[in-house]
Amino acid sequence: MREKILYVLGVAATLLLVRNLYVIFITLPDEQDQGAIYRIMFFHIPAWFVCFTAYFLAGVTSVLYLVKKQFKYDVFSVSAVEVGLAFTLIGLATGSIWARIIWGIWWTWDARLTWAFITCLLYAAYLMMRNMMDDASTRARFAAVVCTFAFTSVAITFKAIEWWRTQHPGPVLSLPGRSAGGTMDPEMEAALRLNYLALFVIAGVLIAVRMNQEKRLREVESLRRQVHAM
Amino acid sequence: MDQRNFTYMFYGFAAAWVILAAYVLTLVARERRLAGQVESLKRMLEDREKK
Repeated sequence: MREKILYVLGVAATLLLVRNLYVIFITLPDEQDQGAIYRIMFFHIPAWFVCFTAYFLAGVTSVLYLVKKQFKYDVFSVSAVEVGLAFTLIGLATGSIWARIIWGIWWTWDARLTWAFITCLLYAAYLMMRNMMDDASTRARFAAVVCTFAFTSVAITFKAIEWWRTQHPGPVLSLPGRSAGGTMDPEMEAALRLNYLALFVIAGVLIAVRMNQEKRLREVESLRRQVHAM
Repeated sequence: MDQRNFTYMFYGFAAAWVILAAYVLTLVARERRLAGQVESLKRMLEDREKK
């Protein structure tokens, strides 16, 4: 039943993505200064929002693990971080390609980009650290602490364009609680939000698949212990 | 559609899809590896129980 739901969600998200691609490439008007390259933002911004959401949920479940000591929270945390990291890489790659045309450089060490890079390294380190620990409860405890503190980097990355003057463009989306922003064309913003929805559902399906694998990994560890004990 | 910078737009979308596809492939590979490990460990346990 659970697999069927995941399958339906995956198909629905893919169909929405195809519909969004049609809107992005065919329906939406051109941007005056940037040419075709501006269309990258319909993947760049949603990819970052998806990874921010995944890291936020991973942070929440890490705190829940530290409080309740239930492995299901650790399973969700590692799955969300891994999928979030894939979307972080998409955000970095698409942003860098956009920058090559608009700024004339692939990368610059301004506050937003630097914190985004630090966030990427922190969560990559989180995944590497987990692989170095054999004991499941020690691994889960240390990982939960790292994941909780790593979220501060996500918050700084998100707010960097408001706190500092950066080469990265300032806020354009109209988000609740944000004083700046709201400068994007409503039609473009609607397309961007729908693409966020499609990528978010795809990320959700990937997290669910990854959670199954993490459970199976624990099964392997338990079977190994039984084999060695015999 | 405005054709300026079209090539780099293509690179951007291609990069996004390649990263997503690569991650899905690693998930598929891990799924196969784990299934194989569970299978062989269960077989080992059964063999040892018989002995």
